[in-house]
Amino acid sequence: MAGAAGLDDGERDALNDLLAARAQMALSLGFHIVFAEIGIAMPLLMVLAEWRWRRSGDPVYLQLARRWAKGTAILFAVGAVSGTVLSFELGLLWPSFMRLAGPVIGIPFALEGFAFFTEAIFLGVYLYGWERVSPRAHLMAGLIVALSGAASALFVVMVNAWMNTPAGITIEAGRVTAVDPIAGMLNPSAFQQVVHMLLAAYASTGLAVAGIHAFVLLRRRGMDPSGPRDPFHRHALMLALTIAIPSALLQPISGDMSARAVARWQPAKLAAMEALPDTRRGAPLHVGGIEIPRGLSLLAFRDADAEVTGLSAFPADERPPVAPVFVAFQVMVILGALMALVCGWAATVMARGRQIAERPRLLAALAVLTPAGFIATEAGWTVTEVGRQPWVIGGILRTADAVTPMPGLAIPMVVFALVYIGLAAVVASAIASLVGETA
Amino acid sequence: MNGMAFTIGLPEVVAAVMAIALNAYVLTGGADFGGGVWDLFASGPRRDRQRALIAESIAPIWEANHVWLIVVIVVLFTGFPAAFAMLGTVLHIPLTIMLIGIVLRGSAFVFRSYGSHRRSRWGTAFAVASIVTPLLLGIIVGAVATGAVAEAAAEIGVGTFAGVFMGPWAAAFPVSIGLFALALFAFLAATYLTVDADEDGLRDDFRARALLAAVLVFACALAALLLARSAAPRLAMGVAGALLIQAATALSAITAIVALWRRRFRVARIAAAAQVSLILWGWLLAQYPYIVPAALSIRDAAAPPVTLRLLAVGLAAGAAVLVSSLRYLLRTFKGRVRVAP
Repeated sequence: MAGAAGLDDGERDALNDLLAARAQMALSLGFHIVFAEIGIAMPLLMVLAEWRWRRSGDPVYLQLARRWAKGTAILFAVGAVSGTVLSFELGLLWPSFMRLAGPVIGIPFALEGFAFFTEAIFLGVYLYGWERVSPRAHLMAGLIVALSGAASALFVVMVNAWMNTPAGITIEAGRVTAVDPIAGMLNPSAFQQVVHMLLAAYASTGLAVAGIHAFVLLRRRGMDPSGPRDPFHRHALMLALTIAIPSALLQPISGDMSARAVARWQPAKLAAMEALPDTRRGAPLHVGGIEIPRGLSLLAFRDADAEVTGLSAFPADERPPVAPVFVAFQVMVILGALMALVCGWAATVMARGRQIAERPRLLAALAVLTPAGFIATEAGWTVTEVGRQPWVIGGILRTADAVTPMPGLAIPMVVFALVYIGLAAVVASAIASLVGETA
Repeated sequence: MNGMAFTIGLPEVVAAVMAIALNAYVLTGGADFGGGVWDLFASGPRRDRQRALIAESIAPIWEANHVWLIVVIVVLFTGFPAAFAMLGTVLHIPLTIMLIGIVLRGSAFVFRSYGSHRRSRWGTAFAVASIVTPLLLGIIVGAVATGAVAEAAAEIGVGTFAGVFMGPWAAAFPVSIGLFALALFAFLAATYLTVDADEDGLRDDFRARALLAAVLVFACALAALLLARSAAPRLAMGVAGALLIQAATALSAITAIVALWRRRFRVARIAAAAQVSLILWGWLLAQYPYIVPAALSIRDAAAPPVTLRLLAVGLAAGAAVLVSSLRYLLRTFKGRVRVAP
């Protein structure tokens, strides 16, 4: 390895262990984030469907609610176990991080624990209580599941925001001398990141569900030109869009707010996102290979001539890796823009009182965007995590100093990779068979 | 250090809450793992219906039961971050294996319930993971109790891989505690299932299993106690010294067995839960004031007071919501399990 030249064996092992630990953490979070998003948004869909059924008496909505509840059960369980893995991995892989950060970020984690508890309890009531509790109580149970899922996301993302822009921790001579967990929770990035994550969850899941049903509707059109009514898929599509449209349209606004917060509080990350080598006024913006003059200055600081800090302003050992952050940011922005566009298109069709199910090109666009939200989420996650490097707590603790001294970390990394690949395959086939039963 | 004096302050209160959460996890989540054990050993003419009963009594509540473990972990890393860091470092390997057990148990259970094909394979994964997880949980507890974790932590960077990362847990005493935990969970599950069963045949099946597990519990406890004399002398002394707790444990164990024998299943359930809880508290009190004996006491490992205060407030508020929600869940489902014949 060229990069490892000049290191002795011990240093090379330590570097490999650090990479393995980072890979395992990235894999665990990258896996969990998809299930977390679905766990936040899917219960809302299922409650909406049940509510429509109770209001209209249309049995198709009941069928939808039951099917979505089934999907929620599978995805929630996988989200719950992968979340459990994460809470342990914090100590297994990053013990020094937890020794330092535990007193601050433990509080939001504890609150998240209770939100998760509530979610699990009422999901049990919802899934197994159709005949055991009153209709009102059943609907309420579903609503509580949806709300506590969102609350979990709120607390967990507060922790991530704290890692980006730590607050409420005073360190003197390498020792923590004072902590203020409330200030830590309300750190400068918390609000923007929480909003961005919640919108991402609703937009990604809503569009994924819409895309699946759009695909089925489209295929059936091809088979039978006169077209059956397909109320199941039509209702499913419309409910999914009810969630997807507002969140996908609001997401670019939230993204803009987030970018401005990054510009203010994490200049090195912004420089990596835009691959800006040197500090300059009137910095341009890149979107999908097109350069917009002064765009970055304008967007980040609301001033076309504003000065944007470049990478060279930071010491070499405090610069994040540029290529992955830059590419991931491009992917997120482009996919987010496409999602907003297609949702805007669907909203226009609906506003004119037309049937989306009769618009093959719109259906095709929706079907193509099925995985878009999740890919954008992974990309956004990469931006915020890789863009923070080399720090695990911005400016306070380096990732390399937080890793466990346990050697041979490649082994658990490979084991968890295999477990996650296996789980992903099984979940995919379970969902495919759930959808297949209706298609 | 004031060895045995009981000073009660915020750190002790938070530690007690953590112990209560661990107790709740053992009584609920532990029994769910025990259910998996009996799924693996389902036998006789009512084999399929034993499995169905286990699945139906676990299904609505296991997710909620599992969260107790998360509460324990979160309170540990918030309230006692130094202890969390030390345990996570030295016990990396058994914790990782336990985690994989947790992942497989949980996902196998839902795939078996909801997936449409290859049910039997998921059943096996569920059952095997239900054995691995409690075994490792017990091994971890055993390793902590011996004091070897603290000794290994002091050797990090100096000692060998085997000495630091294997030695504390890959030993006879921790393994005996692992088997003890497995037997206890199986005993709890079988006792609970005698109450959940809605027909005499199934009830008899689980009564016989509970009595068998009670014998195994006794054998494992004896083995662990003999091993503890050399492996964990402090613990052995502490456990043996707490006569009141020992007497109460023995009394509840005898009550559970007699009640099972005389088919007083509801009494047996309460006595079994009391027995398991008393064993847990016996261990915890024996190693007081240490979280990781003999390096980190509750006070040494405690987070700053402001964090502990907030944590205590958060836990109290959370508990208020939780208790009413849990009561609702249990009232909705428990004691009304029906197995289709």
